[in-house]
Amino acid sequence: MGRKKVRYSEIVPDKSEWPIVKLSRNRKTFIEEVTNEAYDHFLSNKRGTIREEIEMTIHREKLRMKANPWKVDPPDEKVYWKNVQARLLDINPDDKDRDQQEKEILKEIILRYSEEISGNFKKSAYRFAQSFVTFGFARLLNAARVKGLLSLFSRQLDIDDKLHVIGETEHIRNLAKKGTVVMVPTHFSNLDSILIGWAIHYLGLPPFIYGAGLNLFNIKILAYFMNSLGAYKVDRRKKNPIYLETLKTYSRNAMKRGCHSLFFPGGTRSRSGEIESSLKVGLLSTAIEAQRELYLNADDPDNVRKVFIVPVVINYHFTLEAPSLIKEHLKRTGRERYYVEADEFSTSYKLSTFMFKFFTKGSDISVNVGKGMDILGNYVDDEGNSFDKNGNPINVKDYFLRDKKITFDAQRENEYVRVLAKRVVEEYHKYNRVFASHLVAYTAFKMLERQNPKLDLYHVLRLPDEDLELDYEEFKAKYKKLRTRIEKLHKKGLVDMADHMKERATDSIAHGLANVGLYHDQRPLIKKKDKIIVQDTNTLYYYHNRMNGYGLEKYI
Amino acid sequence: MGSKNTSKEIVGVIGAGSFGTAVANILAENESQVILYVRDPEKTKTITKERVSSGQKLHENIEVTNNLEEIPSKCEVIFPMVPSANFRDMVIKLAPHLRPYHVLIHGTKGFDLFVPKQQKITSNNPLTREHVKTISEVIKEETSVLRVGCLAGPNLARELDQRKPAATVVASHFDEVIKTGQRLLKNDRFMIYGSRDLIGIELCGILKNIIAVGAGTIAGMDLGENAKSLFISRGLVEMVYIGKALGGNAQAFLGLAGVGDLIATCTSNLSRNFTVGYRLAKGETLNEIIDSMEEVAEGVKTINIVNQLAESYKVRCPITETLYKIIHDEMTIQEAHGYLMNFPFRAEIDFLDAQ
Repeated sequence: MGRKKVRYSEIVPDKSEWPIVKLSRNRKTFIEEVTNEAYDHFLSNKRGTIREEIEMTIHREKLRMKANPWKVDPPDEKVYWKNVQARLLDINPDDKDRDQQEKEILKEIILRYSEEISGNFKKSAYRFAQSFVTFGFARLLNAARVKGLLSLFSRQLDIDDKLHVIGETEHIRNLAKKGTVVMVPTHFSNLDSILIGWAIHYLGLPPFIYGAGLNLFNIKILAYFMNSLGAYKVDRRKKNPIYLETLKTYSRNAMKRGCHSLFFPGGTRSRSGEIESSLKVGLLSTAIEAQRELYLNADDPDNVRKVFIVPVVINYHFTLEAPSLIKEHLKRTGRERYYVEADEFSTSYKLSTFMFKFFTKGSDISVNVGKGMDILGNYVDDEGNSFDKNGNPINVKDYFLRDKKITFDAQRENEYVRVLAKRVVEEYHKYNRVFASHLVAYTAFKMLERQNPKLDLYHVLRLPDEDLELDYEEFKAKYKKLRTRIEKLHKKGLVDMADHMKERATDSIAHGLANVGLYHDQRPLIKKKDKIIVQDTNTLYYYHNRMNGYGLEKYI
Repeated sequence: MGSKNTSKEIVGVIGAGSFGTAVANILAENESQVILYVRDPEKTKTITKERVSSGQKLHENIEVTNNLEEIPSKCEVIFPMVPSANFRDMVIKLAPHLRPYHVLIHGTKGFDLFVPKQQKITSNNPLTREHVKTISEVIKEETSVLRVGCLAGPNLARELDQRKPAATVVASHFDEVIKTGQRLLKNDRFMIYGSRDLIGIELCGILKNIIAVGAGTIAGMDLGENAKSLFISRGLVEMVYIGKALGGNAQAFLGLAGVGDLIATCTSNLSRNFTVGYRLAKGETLNEIIDSMEEVAEGVKTINIVNQLAESYKVRCPITETLYKIIHDEMTIQEAHGYLMNFPFRAEIDFLDAQ
């Protein structure tokens, strides 16, 4: 292997100093703080009357409970919402304190949501979960790779032989000492959450609070890990304004208290296999709000803890859920559809089978840490100082100044979030690490399209078997051409490239073919004699999409 | 700090061309203290002495400077009003002194063209939006300023100077920039509309110059008002198509900065671009015309750029193409006129498709 192993020390050895530990120690006051603030925010931003807002929330919650109940949902929720409705009806419209009574109900709902969202971090469980992930996985890995009876206790291989944490690793450690880090990874698989949790620990960073999809808590094993890793729950089924305000306040206030945070700004896993091209700005905006409030509340605005945005790109040869994700993407049966959770990740059994396969067969994963940015997407140095594109220093405070005063302007910040989201997407493309498996998929799919210029996408996906054969030599020539282009982009810093991509074309193609969609029942792409055969157009399309957005189509 | 109400706001204007001067005067008249930057040191001296710039008398609240740094160090709000060909150079000089708290509202009505030295524009590497930027895009590329806006509308400088009524559009993604523009510029004979479609409004101001050159040729040939109106309305359709291909939307073109400005520049000999076309039709060569003009007519440069862009983006634009041939001596004005009269234009209006 010859790869030099790096060991990162913990940047904050004293665990009682971890912001997340402090937060969980004051869990009760924190929830109170979130509730009060979300309540104030909601009242000053609400569109309708309080009564209308509550009625709408009840209505939506009822619909959700009926259409899409989950195991994790609290058993009392039906009764709860019925009760809220009854109380609302009981309020006499002529009552003098009618307003007060409605406000009370509102506050109570917000409190319930805060409790629901709030994580339940425990120091001891964290340590256990971490060592379980680290050592447990290492055991599995060794058992599978190193032959011999004692291999279960071998220390020859570690999890980091399989998972490569690369990129700006020292930089993020520095930033975590200087300010609050908000990590925003790409999202392809439910495995991402565990991987990132492990990567954070591996880098010696204190645990992050973590916006995790509530659906993950349906799976017992995952729920345990998520809780102990500092996760708070994001329920994507709940789209009512009261819930969203509470969620955002939770995130914002944790950041204000210096808790390093993590969420997937794409919202859900990429269905198409494409790198996120547009982001959900909800949680992203909380980073900007937190920074602005830190400036507003500071005695000395030139000495304020900064919030750093760190994009992270996770690269797989293989996404467990690819077949159902792509199917869903292709169907696209309507916008307000509820999330189907019956995919390959839905039960503990399926998950463990995957884990076993994952560790027993060779397939690498890389976690590529991007350069830190301030909340407007300007790069920061190791000290956390911002610089514009020309290297001129920037004081982030200046973005909030008007007439020399720090001001709050909601419309302005809406624009800022768009600027930031655009920057994060740009960085994703730069730190996307091309694997040979992505490129073989891209080459093959584009060749299919070229061979059938008159067919639209859906017809290409349904080509008959006899049309799914490609000449290997031609394939190799195209692959090489594309690879040259990627090398050029790589030199310009516009994309990253795995080391195995630099091997001889034949070897690199072999590596790609051996890994693309490795564990699917049907491998998307295989080589038979002098032919490349496409066995599954849907998953091929999925892996091919990873290379979108680089203008490669011109080079085939 | 506390004396905010009594002290006047200091506003910067960069560029003392006719529009820059007119804007400086409007600002000054509105109780702002204005610093006007003049690039040429000799000209700075004359203007300071005579208090006249581009034929307009300067308001007493205007202070003239030749020191570019002075503008960003003293003013939070700056109005850059320099020709597109010089804009990038100017803003690069300005950039080290700009901070994210600055607000920039520009009044430049041309594209920035930037092709890196090692690149050549060929059919394999056609001219695209990567090389052609609007001024707000240049500002965002070269500086840390985000709060950017633009001014566009029928604002013939001479008429503004004569204190005739007019209106303009301040466009920005930021409401606070629009409000700032309104607060500083609005008076009882100057109305300010706001728009969030920054790129669309910038494109209006830029593209209408093409049509203005063409309308000038029609006036020069003395073809009458029917022909001119025909030309202007077809020109508007062409503007919309190009605009859409370059990232704008149809709406902006139907407003004050689109149709409004188009009518003003296509019918008035106060317009420089119109004058270029007019004199071409009267038989002068392009070089003669350009050499004798005091200020840049953006339309000529825009015709060259848009003609190439239209090819890259496969947009049919017969008017721009024809004007391109005229200014490159590939076609006489008479030939061009015959060509357009026989051109199979599509349906009269087809960009307002129902949504």
